[in-house]
Amino acid sequence: MLRAFVTLAFVIIFNFFLFRMLPGDPIGLYARGRNQDPEQLVELRRALNKPLLEQFLTYLRNPFDSTIDSTRFSRPVWEMIGERVWPTLLLLGTAILLASLIGIWVGIRAGWKPGGRFDRMSTGTTLILYSMPEFWLGMMLLIVFSVGVFGIPGMFPVGGIASPGADTSSPMGWLNVLWHLVLPCTTLVLIYLADYALVMRASLIDERKQEYLTLARAKGLRDTSVRKRHAVPNALLPTVTLIFLSLGFVVTGAITVETVFSWPGLGLLTYEALRGPDIPLLQAIFLMFSIAVIAANLLAELLYVIFDPRVRS
Amino acid sequence: MTLLQFRDLWVDYSSSAGNVPAVRGVTLDVAAGETLGIAGESGCGKTTLASAVLRLLPENAQVRGEVLLDGVDTLTMKWGRLRAVRWSQAAIVFQGALHALNPVQRIGDQIAEPIRLHQTVPDKQIGARVGELLTQVGLPASRAKSYPHQLSGGQRQRVMIAMALACKPALIIADEPTTALDVMVQAQVLDLLTGLVRDLGTGPDRGMGMILISHDLGVLGTTCDRIAVMYAGQIIESGPALEIFDNPKHPYTRALAAAFPRIGDPAARYAPTGLPGDPPYPGDLPTGCAFHPRCPIAAPACKLGAPALIEVAPHRTAACYKVDQ
Amino acid sequence: MSVATARRRLALTRFANSFRHDQSGMTGVVILAIFIATAILAPILIPDAALDVTKADGGRFEGPSLSYPLGTDESGRSVLLLLAWGTRISLTVGIAATIISMVLGTAFGIAAGHFRGVGSHALVGVTDWFLVIPFLPLAIVLATVLGPSTTNLIIVIGITSWAGTARLIRAQTLSIEGRPYLERSKALGAGNWYQMSRHVLPNVFPLVLANTTLTVAIVILSETTLSFLGLGDPQAPSWGALLDRAFSSGAVSRGAWWYVLPPGICVVLVVLAFTLVGRAMERIVDPRRAS
Repeated sequence: MLRAFVTLAFVIIFNFFLFRMLPGDPIGLYARGRNQDPEQLVELRRALNKPLLEQFLTYLRNPFDSTIDSTRFSRPVWEMIGERVWPTLLLLGTAILLASLIGIWVGIRAGWKPGGRFDRMSTGTTLILYSMPEFWLGMMLLIVFSVGVFGIPGMFPVGGIASPGADTSSPMGWLNVLWHLVLPCTTLVLIYLADYALVMRASLIDERKQEYLTLARAKGLRDTSVRKRHAVPNALLPTVTLIFLSLGFVVTGAITVETVFSWPGLGLLTYEALRGPDIPLLQAIFLMFSIAVIAANLLAELLYVIFDPRVRS
Repeated sequence: MTLLQFRDLWVDYSSSAGNVPAVRGVTLDVAAGETLGIAGESGCGKTTLASAVLRLLPENAQVRGEVLLDGVDTLTMKWGRLRAVRWSQAAIVFQGALHALNPVQRIGDQIAEPIRLHQTVPDKQIGARVGELLTQVGLPASRAKSYPHQLSGGQRQRVMIAMALACKPALIIADEPTTALDVMVQAQVLDLLTGLVRDLGTGPDRGMGMILISHDLGVLGTTCDRIAVMYAGQIIESGPALEIFDNPKHPYTRALAAAFPRIGDPAARYAPTGLPGDPPYPGDLPTGCAFHPRCPIAAPACKLGAPALIEVAPHRTAACYKVDQ
Repeated sequence: MSVATARRRLALTRFANSFRHDQSGMTGVVILAIFIATAILAPILIPDAALDVTKADGGRFEGPSLSYPLGTDESGRSVLLLLAWGTRISLTVGIAATIISMVLGTAFGIAAGHFRGVGSHALVGVTDWFLVIPFLPLAIVLATVLGPSTTNLIIVIGITSWAGTARLIRAQTLSIEGRPYLERSKALGAGNWYQMSRHVLPNVFPLVLANTTLTVAIVILSETTLSFLGLGDPQAPSWGALLDRAFSSGAVSRGAWWYVLPPGICVVLVVLAFTLVGRAMERIVDPRRAS
């Protein structure tokens, strides 16, 4: 708990100083390559000309209240982030859920009989997926299933969250969103599940050596019952924790895959901010992602306390 | 009737460095209701021998010979039959209860598991049966709700005993059941185990059979009917427990007996104790009698040939050229 | 030849022998050899003109043909030659960033494991911070501030990827710190620097080496991602930058698979090869950890 706050504090401090410690004119950086509203620039210059300490204290009072609007969209940055959170949650939530279910299943089958046929095949596949840039996989899926090559009809939309003009509040609209979700979600599921399967496999292989499994066998349990009742519940604990701890890696996928599929979430917003570069927006996004990851870490610790009786008492 | 018979049992572990023999031709009987002690240093193959009874050896083990449990060879049994035999006919008290109990399952559920599986009592009475078993080992029935880490070492080992008794098996295999405990607790747990095995037998005239494995010859001498001493995967001496302890024939048994003297025995305080050197690595055994490099009375002949296990007195066998007959 | 040198040479021979029998490790070595040869030979084999947009003679987004085995890009240049040149840049960035990452990680790890008290806590704290903070947002922020260039890309990746190594090395150092020869060395009055460089470093070194190989794999993936987002040098087209241009120029919607597929396959092969080699080394150096 304390650690999480210290980490957060450092993020906030880092975020403030990084952009002010730079050599040269910060205004130039803020306005790089943009034709700025002169009035806003004057405002910005006045804010940045105050003593550093005063600026810092103003910032600390409310790090989320940026006085500087997005230089690219000329809107308050947190308002934009608020709008873009939901598509990202939809995409990542679905992808993490599916990836952990499939990944854990694959990891169990592979880790229970290491060196067996399934293990060799699945470990080979997961290692290849693990080596893959997720946005490249996304681009390839787009070419094959959306544009269509080699006689494969392009079935899926090329991007976006819904067709233009679709009413996303009706059941038909939901189906439309679902249809748009298929390819980006598949991309992320394939990439994430590789990681989860490798973790679950290693965790189960560790459990296989434990003596309580020999006891379970000695009791006359079938191999499948030994696995389901004893090995898997124990191996799941570290795996589930690691899934939560890997949110930083999940964020990477969100940024590039949302870019490839023009999915209007935080990831695409990051890409748009980068092309500016839109410094106030980037700062806010960095803060936002850091908070999400720190929260996930905290949640992982709490989950461990709930599910592991050894920690609980 | 003979409860358990090992017939020329060999167990090899295959590794990248070649085959490592752990058990080399053991023939041994346990009668119904009898308590057999198996003594020996770590690495002599006693745990492998015990695991072979219910075919619980690791995947890289190769087994030859027969293990007859109630006259049926468990090594060639079909899997379904073997699963039915496991725990209902022979149960195990493991060495380290901390690692042998599932850390995330309540102990009541772990005790109930074999009862439910083998259906020794109707489902409705399982809870009561678990309570009864816990009471028998001196734990309140409410302990069923605890997790293993909430119990002390001695309590955990008592849970293991309750679990082994759950299906009233004809044979209990206790593999160093007390080594992980304090000396004081060791004696109490051992008394509890031997007492329950004696009292809870399946018939009116016979108790449960038990194999008690230990490196402590003194403990075996006072709790067992018979003792078999193992060295480098072979039985090198066997006979009635007290006779073995008081009058060992094999020089190795003599060394073991001297290492665990009877408390209050003045002779033991002046006699030289202990054994030079370490037990041999099973993958690289010496020629001839495996014990000869450490033997105080080894003769040149001991390097050349391995002595057979022969009868040296009524009900007593030993494998040594220099044994006085 | 001193005893220590002889012992190290023997250890190396033994390592080489074990490695030769590791099938997946050797597969990785062969793949890497091919790519490294390509990277070294690229300037000799590829005429400058082939990469010059103003001298390109192919059509726009042309499919594979005899003169362009992997087709052409949006400016009519040969994708195959761009790819070969990209090998050079991707590998250079990958290895350079790994060196920074390993030096930082080893220094932080050994120091955090060796010293006690406040200093150690601070080092562990910094390491944890870098472990928790999501990699890509941090790298984006740093790269934006520094500006797009190959050197900056190397620095950014180096700074953001050392923490995992530091944690591993710290754990290893702690276990070495308890060993008798270090106690003796301390008792004889050896200084901190002497203890760390003469006793701790040689002992953690095999693990550092295995970890380095695994880090190169991750670093090359990071480089690809950052370049794809346009944070690399536009003049030095790595595989990631190639994918960035393919994406921005609309190769996807044109179905120009020959432009998108090959750079990705190269990344997968190189990352996979480094991972296989690293896992094989880990199996030999530390059989307990490998699974």
